Amino acid sequence: MDTPATYIHVGFIVISLPNLLLIAGMVVLFALALVLPFPHPGRSNGRRRR
Amino acid sequence: MSQDTMPQEDAGSWTLGLRNWLQRALPLQNALPHRQPYYVGSWVYVFGVITIAALVWVIVSGVVLAFFGPQWWHVSGVGRFFNSLHFWSVQLFFVFMVLHLWGQYFAAGWRDGRAATWMIGAVIFLVSILAAFTGYLAQQNFDAQWIGVNAKDAMNSVGAGSFFNVLNFGQMYGLHVMLIPVAVTILVVWHIVAVRMRGVVKPIAPKKEAR
Repeated sequence: MDTPATYIHVGFIVISLPNLLLIAGMVVLFALALVLPFPHPGRSNGRRRR
Repeated sequence: MSQDTMPQEDAGSWTLGLRNWLQRALPLQNALPHRQPYYVGSWVYVFGVITIAALVWVIVSGVVLAFFGPQWWHVSGVGRFFNSLHFWSVQLFFVFMVLHLWGQYFAAGWRDGRAATWMIGAVIFLVSILAAFTGYLAQQNFDAQWIGVNAKDAMNSVGAGSFFNVLNFGQMYGLHVMLIPVAVTILVVWHIVAVRMRGVVKPIAPKKEAR
């Protein structure tokens, strides 16, 4: 916490490495949300819940 | 008593009018549904629920921090823990709010009369930025001073510095712990009620067996 973060400079874009990693993680999570099937738990009487 | 059977002297009663409006706009079966359409089973709504859960932790940890004050949250171990709890729950709040926003954007969540729901969500995002900003200023550390000294120039450049003084800790702290949290909470409740009133938006290309 006492040392400044590493910054990445690409042209006019300046972003800290932690922020870049966070945004990248969010994009990955969003992509996973699109492709991973959503679990539909079965009901207690055995029928599939809709 | 329904509107049809009400006595003549009840006509014009604002409590009766409000109750009748509430019963029409948000019947209890819509407010607390026990079944949902298949498309509610989506990670996008899990993101929304995590956002609400994170907000609960933000408020709970914030109440504790406000009670004990800056000396406590900077010096004691428990204070630092609650300070961190507040900080990280805010991070989760923003991450999942933005993921929920992305999902609703690409699903065009404002369709079929849901513009208000979408706009309230967008306003929550903007007000939350103000909450986070005043929170950074309220930390009472060098980081807060650095942000305040830089932000004052931004505020002055747009003419807002005279009534929104980022170097005034009392003003920023008051906004952060009282007015903005109340606004965010009211907006979130309003957003959820709007979702319950209109229901969740159908997918752009719903399944044939959609129920």
